[in-house]
Amino acid sequence: MITSSPKDREFLLPASPVFIALTLFVALLLDWLPWSGMWLVLRPDFVALVLLYWCTHKPHRVGIGIAWMMGILADVADASLFGQHALAYAVLAFGGIVLHRRVQMFDLRQQTLQIFPLVLLSYTVYAAVHWQLHGYIAWEYFSGSMISTLLWAPLTLLLQALRRPNTDDEL
Amino acid sequence: MEHTESVRFFNRGPSPAARLVFFSLLSLLLLFIDARYKYLESTRSAISTLVYPVQRLATLPVTLWREAGEFFVTQNGLIHDNEQLREQHVLDAARLQQLQMLQAENGQLRKLLDVQQRSDYRMQLAEIVYVERDVFQRKLFVDKGSQANVLPGQIVMDDNGIIGQVTRVYPWLSEITLVTDKDHAVPVQIVRNGLRAIVFGSGDTGDLSLRYMPVNSDIQNDDELVTSGIDGTYPPGIPVARVNHIERDPAYPFARILCTPIAGVNNQRFLLILSGERKLPPRPESATEDSKGLGKKGKRKMLP
Repeated sequence: MITSSPKDREFLLPASPVFIALTLFVALLLDWLPWSGMWLVLRPDFVALVLLYWCTHKPHRVGIGIAWMMGILADVADASLFGQHALAYAVLAFGGIVLHRRVQMFDLRQQTLQIFPLVLLSYTVYAAVHWQLHGYIAWEYFSGSMISTLLWAPLTLLLQALRRPNTDDEL
Repeated sequence: MEHTESVRFFNRGPSPAARLVFFSLLSLLLLFIDARYKYLESTRSAISTLVYPVQRLATLPVTLWREAGEFFVTQNGLIHDNEQLREQHVLDAARLQQLQMLQAENGQLRKLLDVQQRSDYRMQLAEIVYVERDVFQRKLFVDKGSQANVLPGQIVMDDNGIIGQVTRVYPWLSEITLVTDKDHAVPVQIVRNGLRAIVFGSGDTGDLSLRYMPVNSDIQNDDELVTSGIDGTYPPGIPVARVNHIERDPAYPFARILCTPIAGVNNQRFLLILSGERKLPPRPESATEDSKGLGKKGKRKMLP
């Protein structure tokens, strides 16, 4: 590693495509756990978080296309309209790619503040599509975006920790 | 913004903005097609065959946990349950005999009166895989799909009453829209006086509402609503809801009536899908349906 600061090194950790696919798969599994009632309202969107993580950390690997495809899978699983999650995730991925330099400069607390609008935007896109088609919005839906944002820091730490031992295997 | 330049410098394909526009347009197109037409159902079920194993995997921990819980039941509890079930069985058997007699009698009378026979519905037991995948919708997924001959439009109930309706069928799953889903309508009748009405789901709460009932209509608290069977989709006489709140404000033309579903819409694991002969309405059936619709329209016109 050429860079000096340890924070930059975090962002230069290698990530194999298999590992990326695995994290996305686990995120899907977590999203598809049988949440119900109150827990469903509070459910963070793990897929969105993991996508955002990869879009900010490896923007050339995971981009809008992959986010969109994950969205289609989520649409099928959630019985939402085709393209509803896909649109929300595409917007989220775009935000992540645009902001990835800025996010890389900040520590976790500041990152959390930066990604909150992105997550909220993606939730809003989803809700707006629903509102446009069905004419009402369930406001409690947005509480999920708060929980997701709060989970950003632990998730980032976890993924970084998982990527670090990977370096030995991959190199 | 420096980023987009660097991307162009290394020539890594279209810029993120271009990709966003492309995928957004694609999403919007899909949204439009999916909302207006039914062209994408086969694609959906094709993708769902990919998604299904993952979904089952995701529900596995909960299923295992539940099964482990079932494994460790006490003998005492089992004995108690058994006794209760046996008592219930005796009661049910007696009722069933009466029912058979009544059915025969009813059939005879209907034949005498030349009324169409009520057809039998076969039932299929299905287990819930998922409850409400989405805050916006009241939907369930059960583990029977087109492989088990489930058809969209079939009615789903538990042992107490109507739960909802099959709205989409995948190979091994089917999606059930609950009666509490926003604007889901069930044609009902009040048991006490036979008043016809339509009960709608209210979306975010577990309540149902009786809409378009005049302020002076004869409805009381605790009135039981059963399906009227008029639309031909729901079999007649299955309990749907009980009235629990009536607000009659003379300022509005209609009373505000809330009902709670009788079936355990939110607390079942096994459901019954009514299948078999979906009453394909022969002529008298469709005639009654038409006359009902006309009558309603006529009434609405005559009101002012």
